[in-house]
Amino acid sequence: MRDLSVRAGSKSRILAGIKKLSRQKYLQGMALIGIIWMMVFAYLPMYGIIIAFKKYNITKPIASAPWVGLQHFNDFFGDDKFIQILTNTLGISLLKLAIGFPLPIIFAVLLNEITSMRFKKYVQTVSYLPHFISWVVLGGIMITWTSEGGIINHILMELKVLNEPVVFLAEPQYFWGIAVISDIWKELGWSAIIYMAAIAGIDPELYEAATVDGASRFNRIFMITLPCIKGTVAVLFVLAVSSIMGTNFDQIFVLKNPLNAPASDVIDIYVYRMGMNSARFSYATAINLFKSVISLMLLLTANRVTKKLTDASLF
Amino acid sequence: MRFLNTRQSISENAFELINIFIMLIICFLTLYPIWYCIVNSFNDGADAMMGGIYWWPRMFSIDNYKAVFADTSILKAFAVTILRTVIGTALAVYFTAMVSYALSKKELAGRKIYMMIGSITLFFSGGLIPFFILIKKIGLYDNFLVFIIPSMFYFFNAIIFIAFFKELPSALEESAKIDGANDVVIFIKIIIPLSTPVLATIAIYVGVYHWNDYFAGVIFIKSMDLQPIQTFLYKIIAENTSGQMMGRAAGSINQGAVTSQSIKLATMVATTFPIVCVYPFLQKYFVKGILLGSVKG
Repeated sequence: MRDLSVRAGSKSRILAGIKKLSRQKYLQGMALIGIIWMMVFAYLPMYGIIIAFKKYNITKPIASAPWVGLQHFNDFFGDDKFIQILTNTLGISLLKLAIGFPLPIIFAVLLNEITSMRFKKYVQTVSYLPHFISWVVLGGIMITWTSEGGIINHILMELKVLNEPVVFLAEPQYFWGIAVISDIWKELGWSAIIYMAAIAGIDPELYEAATVDGASRFNRIFMITLPCIKGTVAVLFVLAVSSIMGTNFDQIFVLKNPLNAPASDVIDIYVYRMGMNSARFSYATAINLFKSVISLMLLLTANRVTKKLTDASLF
Repeated sequence: MRFLNTRQSISENAFELINIFIMLIICFLTLYPIWYCIVNSFNDGADAMMGGIYWWPRMFSIDNYKAVFADTSILKAFAVTILRTVIGTALAVYFTAMVSYALSKKELAGRKIYMMIGSITLFFSGGLIPFFILIKKIGLYDNFLVFIIPSMFYFFNAIIFIAFFKELPSALEESAKIDGANDVVIFIKIIIPLSTPVLATIAIYVGVYHWNDYFAGVIFIKSMDLQPIQTFLYKIIAENTSGQMMGRAAGSINQGAVTSQSIKLATMVATTFPIVCVYPFLQKYFVKGILLGSVKG
């Protein structure tokens, strides 16, 4: 008896489920088209990662390729370039994190202290501009400026810093600096938008109360503005840390050349070179998987640490 | 007491002045590199080779632009970029909006799983090589559609849409439902017209991506005819194949005063011009998009 009622119950639940689905068949259809798109363009490539453990040949199906275990990973760790690539990746990323992460916060705080609304708006609009310029064009500008007859050499020679022109992008020792500076130039204003928004969301009464209590401008910045945007900073910091293993591909791809390769060869570029130029698909995929796994672990760790420290986190 | 106050206001005034000065320097550093390209692109190419043009063209000339717009391969590349930006952006925006509309409905069965499937794509991907293999295997390689279909959907944009749709009042939808309209009709007839701000926001993001993307053209396109302008520029800038390409461009108008460098600059300026003209007017939209995204993010 009880058995029967349970069966009847589950039957009616299934019926109710089918009814619900048929009632929302249009909604389901709209959602499923998106899911199918993701299955093809996001999840099929994820399945393709298994070639990192296989000896893959592009003319044959992935499934039929023979397994080779961790051979590609071992090859990568034993690769002559391994140390150099890792150093370049971490070096450029950590410099960007150390300099490029705080600058937009400082910029947003300083911009917020501007009293003239029109001037503020003008500066803000100008500061977004480089974000809309492609890395190709910016790369073109950088190459022109740092060339032998470029404006940088001109200025440095006028100032007697240099005696003869230096082709900066042909010398590995300048590459990290160029990468960091051009990144800041392009994204300073854009990255500051989110902080500006967070600052705009602070209750003005806090500032008024502080002013009545005699707080100076610096007090207000350090006691009100910065503590109030702590959460936003924490979330963006988590994201920044998790992207340490991936330098800005487009940027490096445009600025790199054979002469600066000792300083510009980063993981992403190496993956591209191994895969697209040398057609070592399995090897390149293994390197990329190594990168993705570390990035994911960094994301989870940074998220947990900031959650503990600031109560704010990405998820 | 009064003395103290004055001192404070002096230091505050100093701060204000220094701050304004810093902002002016930032504006200058932002704008000057662009200005430099513009004045040099409007200068006689051979003359510009000697350098020293910083504020204003020394020998004003529009020959560089004449050469750029007389070159059929550059014009073709512009056409590809315009086509992919228009078609790609329109498709991506409406497609993403449609999927997101369904995902924004609490009653959607399986919603949690769908959202999970989407969220994972934000943090993990197959990477370049498996993606390249996929594009080859499904026949998008060297095909114009490779610019359109793989960029039709991006889950981060969906999150922005979902956040927006959730805030829409449901009264209109309910009355349409009582009148017998199905979800697709409601989406097209009611939701789309109400969503102009968020549609514009996503259109800006996707549009800028399409306009500026060079990489799809580098790895997925073999035919010269299908190259977007950014890929064309990439090849002359980074790979330094300018010699031959520019030779053709310069030869086409028979002007000795046009150099490969000056044509490069003119192409860079012409490529960037449309986007730079448009973005100040779209400012409120992309700022809003960042806010919507960060609330949910």
